Amino acid sequence: MKTLYDKLWEEHHVTQLDSGESLLYIDRHYLHEVTSPQAFEGLSKKNLKPWRLDANIATPDHNVPTTRGNNFTSDLINDEISKIQVVELDKNCNKFGIKQFDIQSNKQGIVHVIGPELGYTLPGMTIVCGDSHTSTHGALGCLAMGIGTSEVEHVLATQCLKVSKLKNMNVRFEGVPQVNVSSKDIVLYLIGKIGTAGGTGYAIEFSGSYIDKLSVEGRMTICNMAIEAGAKVGLIAPDETTIDYVKKNSFLDDELFNQAKQCWKSLRTDDKAVFDNEIEIDVSKIKPQVTWGTSPEMVVNFDDPIPTIIDSNEESKKNVELARSYMGIQNESKLSDLVFDKVFIGSCTNSRIEDLRQAAEIVKGKTIAENISEAIVVPGSGLVKEQAENEGLDKVFTDAGFIWRDPGCSMCLGMNPDQLKPHERCASTSNRNFEGRQGYLGRTHLMSPIMAAFTAINGTVGDPS
Amino acid sequence: MKSNSEGLIIDGVVAHIDRDNIDTDQIIPTEYLKSIKKFGFEDYLFDGWRYKDDGKLGVTKEERIIDKSFILNKEPYNESKILLSRDNFGCGSSREHAVWALRDFGIKAVIASSFGDIFYNNSFKNGLLPIILDKNEIEFLFSETKQNVLELSIDLEKKEIIYNQKCITFEVEKHLIDRIIFGLDDIDITFKDKDKIIDFEKNRISTRPWIFK
Repeated sequence: MKTLYDKLWEEHHVTQLDSGESLLYIDRHYLHEVTSPQAFEGLSKKNLKPWRLDANIATPDHNVPTTRGNNFTSDLINDEISKIQVVELDKNCNKFGIKQFDIQSNKQGIVHVIGPELGYTLPGMTIVCGDSHTSTHGALGCLAMGIGTSEVEHVLATQCLKVSKLKNMNVRFEGVPQVNVSSKDIVLYLIGKIGTAGGTGYAIEFSGSYIDKLSVEGRMTICNMAIEAGAKVGLIAPDETTIDYVKKNSFLDDELFNQAKQCWKSLRTDDKAVFDNEIEIDVSKIKPQVTWGTSPEMVVNFDDPIPTIIDSNEESKKNVELARSYMGIQNESKLSDLVFDKVFIGSCTNSRIEDLRQAAEIVKGKTIAENISEAIVVPGSGLVKEQAENEGLDKVFTDAGFIWRDPGCSMCLGMNPDQLKPHERCASTSNRNFEGRQGYLGRTHLMSPIMAAFTAINGTVGDPS
Repeated sequence: MKSNSEGLIIDGVVAHIDRDNIDTDQIIPTEYLKSIKKFGFEDYLFDGWRYKDDGKLGVTKEERIIDKSFILNKEPYNESKILLSRDNFGCGSSREHAVWALRDFGIKAVIASSFGDIFYNNSFKNGLLPIILDKNEIEFLFSETKQNVLELSIDLEKKEIIYNQKCITFEVEKHLIDRIIFGLDDIDITFKDKDKIIDFEKNRISTRPWIFK
C-alpha cells in the first residue's frame, strides 16, 4: 500500500546510489534570473549542455520592475545590478536554447503562476526550480520541490536530482470554512499549529473534504506554503477539478490528453497506505488568520490578543520578545490596534485570478483609508493581468485608490523597487514575514487577499464580514 | 580545515546566536542575491544584524555603520569557524547564497538542534558542515558560552565534538560528510550512471509521451 508521494517517487526512480541516495528523473525544470546565473556559468566551465532542452522553461520574475508599461525591455531596468541579472538570463537562454517568457512577453510572470497556467505543469510530473515555493506545483499532483543553485546546475546537466526519500505526512482538512475564510487562512492556521519546522523531513499530502471542494488556485496557495511549515514537498492528489483545470490550459492534442488522463487517475494514495504522521483539522472552526511576528508560525486569529512575554512558555519567551520588538508592538494588545502603512496584494501565494476577484469584492465601491500611503496589486502573470482587466477588476482597484501593476514577485521580497521603508507596516498576501523581507526594517503581516483588501479600506485589520 | 593524524578537524572559537528559526533572509538579505557570482558574500552575512544601516551589493564593510554589539563584530568571534544556534536554522528560501555567505565569512560548521531541509542539503555542496545535536546538548553549549569564550574541536571522521576533554558525538550520513572531506563533484558522480538515465528516459518517452511535448 503506497502513498501518492511513494508512487511518484517510484515512478521517477532511476537508480539507487552506493551512498544510499537515489537519482530521480526530473520532468520539468523552471528557471528564473536569481538562482540560475551561477548554474549556467558552472555548465559552461565544464563544457556541458542541458541534458534535455525542452524540460526547461525560464522567466524573469524576482527582479523585474512592476511599472513597466508597454514596450519595456531588459535594458530599461533602472537598477543596474538587477538589470545585469535579467540580461544574463536572456543571454543564457539564448546561448543554450532554453525557452524563455522574457520581460517583453505577455505570458511572463511569477514562475509558479505561469507554469500551471501555460500547461507546462502536469499531474504526475517531477518538478524542480531554484526557488523554495516550487512546492506550489504539488497542487496538481506533482512531486515538486525547491532546490539550490548547485542542484540547478546538476539538473540542467543530468536531468536528475540526487535525493533521499522524505517521510510521509497527511494533513486532512475537513468541514466547511466560515465566510471570508480562504485557503490562505487555512494554511496559516496549520503553520501556527505545527510550527515552521513541523513538516521538516516530510512530504505533506493535503486531503479531506475541504480540499476536495477547493479550486486548483486555492490548492496552490496551500501547497505553496508547505515550505513555510518546513516541508519542501506539498501535494494533493489530482481529481476531476485538477483535470478540468489542466484541460483548460493544455496545449496537448485530445488523443494525448486522454491517454494522460487515464494515467493520472492512478495518482492517489492507496486506501490502506500508512503515513508516518497524520493530522486532522476541522476548518469550520478557523477564523481569518493574521501573523503578528517575524515567522509565519507567529500567527493568531485576527481578533485574538497578540502573544506577550508574560503568557509565553520559557522556551519561546526570547523569540516573542525579539519579534514584538522588531514589529514595533508596544502596548497594543490586538492586531486591530496596529495602524498600517502599506498593502501588497500579490506573490506566488496569492496573485492568481481567484485571489484578485476575492480582494476586488471587498474593495468594490470603497476608498482606501487615509493612513494607507500605498496599496498595490501585482497580478501573478501577464495572463492573470489580462483576465483581470477583461473582468474590470483593475478598475475596481484603481477606483478605490490602489495602484495596478505589471507582473512579478514584487514586494514579496523587495528585490525590485517595490519595498517597505524602515518601520512601515504592511498588510501582505505573501508568504514570509521575516525581518527585512519586504525592505530594511519593514514590518510584514501575512494574511489573505480578503483581509489585505479589508485592511486597505479600513486602515487596520478587522472583521471583513 | 586542518588535517591531523586522526583525520579532518575544524576547531576554534564558537560564535553563538541564541534564537530559533534563523531564516535565510537573515543569513543573507535579498539585495545581495542580485550578484551573478558564487563568491564574495562575506561582508553581507547577517547583514541586518551586523550593521546599523541598509546595505547595497558592492558596498563594502568599511563603508557601513557597524553594530559593535553583534557577536560576529566582536573579537575573537569575528574569526569564528563554528556557529552555534537553536531550532530550524536556515529555514525559508532555497538560496544557496546563504551557505556561500557563511562559507565566505569563514564558517565551516553550524551546530543547531534542527535545520531547514534545503539549507541542510545545500551546505554539503559547499564544504559547510551542519551538525544536529539534541536540545539538551545545545543548551549545555549555550550555558558554556556564558562563562567564557567557548572553543570546540570537531573531528569530521570520528563525528565527535571535543570540549574540555568531554566528547559529544553527532550523526551525519557518510555520503554527505564524504562530500566535505573529499570535495566530490555531484555531476561527475551522476554521470557514472549516464546509461541508466538514458534508458530510463527512453522508457518514459514511450510510456508518458505527453511530458515530452
